[in-house]
Amino acid sequence: MKKIINDPKNVVDEMLKGIVAAHPNHVKRLEGFEVLVRAQGPTDKVALVSGGGSGHEPSHGGFVGKGMLDGAVAGAVFTSPTPDQVYEAVKAVDGGKGVLLVIKNYTGDVMNFEIAAEMAEADGIKVEKVVVNDDVAVEDSTWTTGRRGIAGTLFVHKIAGAKAEAGGSLDEVKAVAEKVITNVRSMGMALSPCTVPAAGKPSFTLAENEVEIGMGIHGEPGTHRETLKTANEIVDHLLQKIFDDISLAADDEVAVMVNGLGGTPTMELYVANLRVSEVMKEKGIKIAKTYVGNYMTSLEMAGFSISVIKLDAELKELLLAEANTPALVQ
Amino acid sequence: MSKTLFGMIQALQETISSQEAFLTELDGAIGDADHGINMNRGFEAVITKFTEEDTDIGASLKKLGMTLLSTVGGASGPLYGTAFMRAGAEAQGKETLTLEEAEVMLAAAIKGIQDRGKAVKGEKTMLDAMMPAQDALKQAVAEGLSVVEGLEKACAAANEGIEFTKTIRATKGRASYLGDRSIGHQDPGATSFTLMLETATKYLKA
Repeated sequence: MKKIINDPKNVVDEMLKGIVAAHPNHVKRLEGFEVLVRAQGPTDKVALVSGGGSGHEPSHGGFVGKGMLDGAVAGAVFTSPTPDQVYEAVKAVDGGKGVLLVIKNYTGDVMNFEIAAEMAEADGIKVEKVVVNDDVAVEDSTWTTGRRGIAGTLFVHKIAGAKAEAGGSLDEVKAVAEKVITNVRSMGMALSPCTVPAAGKPSFTLAENEVEIGMGIHGEPGTHRETLKTANEIVDHLLQKIFDDISLAADDEVAVMVNGLGGTPTMELYVANLRVSEVMKEKGIKIAKTYVGNYMTSLEMAGFSISVIKLDAELKELLLAEANTPALVQ
Repeated sequence: MSKTLFGMIQALQETISSQEAFLTELDGAIGDADHGINMNRGFEAVITKFTEEDTDIGASLKKLGMTLLSTVGGASGPLYGTAFMRAGAEAQGKETLTLEEAEVMLAAAIKGIQDRGKAVKGEKTMLDAMMPAQDALKQAVAEGLSVVEGLEKACAAANEGIEFTKTIRATKGRASYLGDRSIGHQDPGATSFTLMLETATKYLKA
């Protein structure tokens, strides 16, 4: 294992301190907890709290700030945060209008956030939850835990965050978050595995020239392995899986995210994005906004995901609204 | 050597610590490769909170469960945390247990896991070791076996449960995303439960 760390046990704590050191105007540490909250808070609006295992930076702490999250809870690497941490975040950010928890669909995340919600509700705080499940690589059936939440979560943070900033009620913010979840789809692929610092070795291996299609953001296996193809072929396949799952027609408007998994050169992400834009153009689908970069990573994994959200007037307006966070300013 | 609750918790911690890499490896095959790491972090925290003064089984298991809940994370934190707390609630004020009481506690733990995780038997989860173990305890009680004899039967049943998890596909938890690719691998949660049950049994037998 080759990593720029001091001690695997201190990675999350030192990462959070490093974010605060870099962005003191945006975020501060909730003392004694693995939680980042807005530097100026709580605010007089509905608050959003998200989080999950660490190793996905800049998610989620990088998106705490105006127009997006109010608090982000960082678990151990690839491990859901514990209920007490989430509970403290909820208490810290509640400004009296209630708190929306944005949860990615993993068994552990859902249970830990649910327990935290029960604890906060017992204190009289209004809490609502949404569960993001945008990954079309895995089956959504009674035979699985349901689809995983991956990079499409960023659209929930952005759009629901804008709704809260605009003064939406807890029910309204939740409703728009649900609307995002209904309209966003993602799928990724990996060229190489990643190593959890505490484990010290990769959780799987890929042969030279072998890739995993549909890989999850914790190194969970995807749909299948195949030999590396061209960027255009890969993008066509991922987009086809997305189009198979959400109906998009000419003149529909979308936003796109080409998300790096941590070890992918930005150059390659732009190469992939070119093909995404070409395919959309061929189909007559309008792209209202494109994000290219590392938003929801998987440590040093090489690979990327594509997320597509179908927009209506409300979603578009909220997506294009102002955001001012460490990892996204627009 | 006299048997104490603290001694048993120490034995559990030693087992989890020595099996950390094994449990993580099992999880790596079908999940996200953190089960051993997370359980070890939890029991490292647990051991700092107990001394020989902790003799109330109910209060101690509640404390143990709360500690796991706030340190383990992932899915095993809420599940084991809930399991130990529910088991503890059945043993308030008790310093010793009969086999019958142990069976009632295991039943309460299983109910807690089902409430929290919404799983049933046969979904390739820790329940596939816990439920056969409980059935074995129930039968041992009916047959009038000793505590150690009964626990040994439960261990055997739990191990059969682990073998069973190798033959089925996961439909709960992260392993469910693998579909048929999860077949052939044993469930890490069923394994960690069985390791703890075996440790407790060996401690009482020694």
